[in-house]
Amino acid sequence: MDGLNIPLNHVLLVSSLLFVIGLLGLMIRRNIIFILMSLEVMLNAAALAFVGAGAHWGQPDGQVVFMLILTVAAAEVAVGLGLVLQIQRRFKTLDMDHANRMGG
Amino acid sequence: MREIIWLIPLIPLLSSVILMLGSGNFPRLLIGLLGVGSVGSAALLTLALGLDFMSNPEVFQMTLWTWMKVGSFAPGVAFYFDGLTLVMMSVITGVGFLIHLFSTEFMEEDVSYARYFAYLNMFVAAMLVLVMADNLLLLYLGWEGVGVCSYLLVGFWYQNSANGRAARKAFVVTRIGDTAMALGLLLLFTELGTLNIQSMVGVANESWQVGDTLPLIACLLLLGGAVGKSAQLPLHTWLPDAMAGPTPVSALIHAATMVTAGVYLVARTHGLFLLAPTAMMAVAIIGITTSLMAAFTALMQSDIKRILAYSTISQIGYMFLALGVGAWTAGIFHLMTHAFFKALLFLGSGAIIHCLHHEHNIFKMGGLRRKMPVTFWSFMIGSAALAALPMTSGFFSKDQILLEAYQFPGIGPWLWLGGLCGALLTAIYSFRLVFVVFFGQAKTEPDKDTGWRMALPLSVLCGLSLVGGYFIIPVESVFPPVTGEHPAYWVEYVSISVPLVGLLLAYLIFHSGQLRVAGLVNSSIGKIMYQFWLSGWGIDWLYDRLFVRPYYALANLLKAEPVDGVYGLVVTVNETLNNWLSQSQTGRMRWYITSMVAGLIVLLAVALQLSPETL
Repeated sequence: MDGLNIPLNHVLLVSSLLFVIGLLGLMIRRNIIFILMSLEVMLNAAALAFVGAGAHWGQPDGQVVFMLILTVAAAEVAVGLGLVLQIQRRFKTLDMDHANRMGG
Repeated sequence: MREIIWLIPLIPLLSSVILMLGSGNFPRLLIGLLGVGSVGSAALLTLALGLDFMSNPEVFQMTLWTWMKVGSFAPGVAFYFDGLTLVMMSVITGVGFLIHLFSTEFMEEDVSYARYFAYLNMFVAAMLVLVMADNLLLLYLGWEGVGVCSYLLVGFWYQNSANGRAARKAFVVTRIGDTAMALGLLLLFTELGTLNIQSMVGVANESWQVGDTLPLIACLLLLGGAVGKSAQLPLHTWLPDAMAGPTPVSALIHAATMVTAGVYLVARTHGLFLLAPTAMMAVAIIGITTSLMAAFTALMQSDIKRILAYSTISQIGYMFLALGVGAWTAGIFHLMTHAFFKALLFLGSGAIIHCLHHEHNIFKMGGLRRKMPVTFWSFMIGSAALAALPMTSGFFSKDQILLEAYQFPGIGPWLWLGGLCGALLTAIYSFRLVFVVFFGQAKTEPDKDTGWRMALPLSVLCGLSLVGGYFIIPVESVFPPVTGEHPAYWVEYVSISVPLVGLLLAYLIFHSGQLRVAGLVNSSIGKIMYQFWLSGWGIDWLYDRLFVRPYYALANLLKAEPVDGVYGLVVTVNETLNNWLSQSQTGRMRWYITSMVAGLIVLLAVALQLSPETL
């Protein structure tokens, strides 16, 4: 760990950047595959912040939560891909703007 | 003998009910027999009653049953019979019978023959109840009854919406007066504890002093009702429009009987009015003002029925003048003679209208003297009586009114002078009518002459108009005796000569043409005055601006329900917001996410703004 002392601020900055990138992707992208990918980016941004914070305080909790997020992300991808298959089957497209039958 | 009195209003009422139930399925002869016969038998009964009364002039009171009983308030369906009642009943049933007979020919071709006689009989019954009632509540029942019948008969030809409007106007305007009268009734009952006219006057004389405020208010409220019903200023505007009804109706209701109900009311409650000299003064002033106003207007009209309508208003003004100066007998006497000659004139005009294809404009008539002799003589005699030419019936009554007005302390001579002006105008406009319609060039040819059913009533009324002035009405025990000295003889001579001057003027202007008024009429001021008088002093215009239009504007405003609008606003705001929000639910994921992010940013910004130390 010595010599690789990255300040917490930098970690958080990168994490925020990643989060915003993911968020923008979520808002802009129409293809559901990319939306899922953006979600992964956001989850990992959060995970990065936990790891950075854990390192900063010298606590293991950050890494524990990281493991949890990793699991959640895997589960989410599994469910998400299942949904993608269903959407493809129903709408014959992956464009989420076409899958808007829940409109008010 | 007197016990049969209740039959008199009952017979026309029964006939009316039968005609209504028959709903026009009876043969015409039967309808005519029922309609005319019922009033005829009422007239015969009245005659018998009158003869009995002459031999034994005693007041008679009869209670049929108690109408309702609420505490001390127990008005009965009860009749009171004295000289005044007898005069009114004779006029109603006698003149009414003649007019019914006339109607059988006038309405001969009308499809609603049965409906007409049903209404007319109901009117006679209601009017009889009005004059026979011994308490003010029963009188009010008759009062409203005649109002309803007047409404139904003015709007008799309801297919024409103008007639419906005229009927509504008549109803609404008289309603204003009736409301005042109802308030007067309530006031009298709460103050005096009874509505029986005789005992009411007795209690009033004990508990009130002459000149008190309460009798003044009560009398003014009663006067309001009288003014509305009798078409006096300021509630007279309905009568000229009421001419939309069939002409015999105008003769019966709007000349001879119903419009004189106000005169009867004031005369009947004269005991109260004597306690309120100010109210009596108001009666006199209303009377003389109305009389002059209507006389000027009558002079300008060209519709034969409107001339007669304004003339009626003017003559009732004389009756009010008589009541106001305390000349009760003269007022009732003029009521009776007026019923004769005005019914005659109206029936005469009805005959003209009937024979001249429903022509109303006098300038399109002319030269009818030879073609319709009966009608011509009717009009001559009727106009002579209306103008109060010496020895006709109108002369005796009007002369008496003017003389007694002259004796009135204070403004008496002025009232007399006003009355003289009115008499002069009356003579001019009534003979203008005669000269224009019956002399000169024939402009419209009559297609028939009057049949016997028209000629007979006209002839009888001619006779009554001539000799009616010699009748002595048996009311000396009803009213207080007239006091005061006979005025100087010149007063009487002037009163006699004024109508003759009017006749001469009418002759010079409208017949021989020696007196040219065209220049005067065509001058700028003449034109303005002509228009002003033609429109009845612009009173209709004034009321239209003052009451009708603001009322319509208000109604239009309220039609949109502005109060509900406030509550409606809450609903509208909610619905709008709901629309916005439901539109935001597009079903598009990206839109949701963006909204969430935007909301999050706003929330964070707010949170930071509120507590920056958390940063």
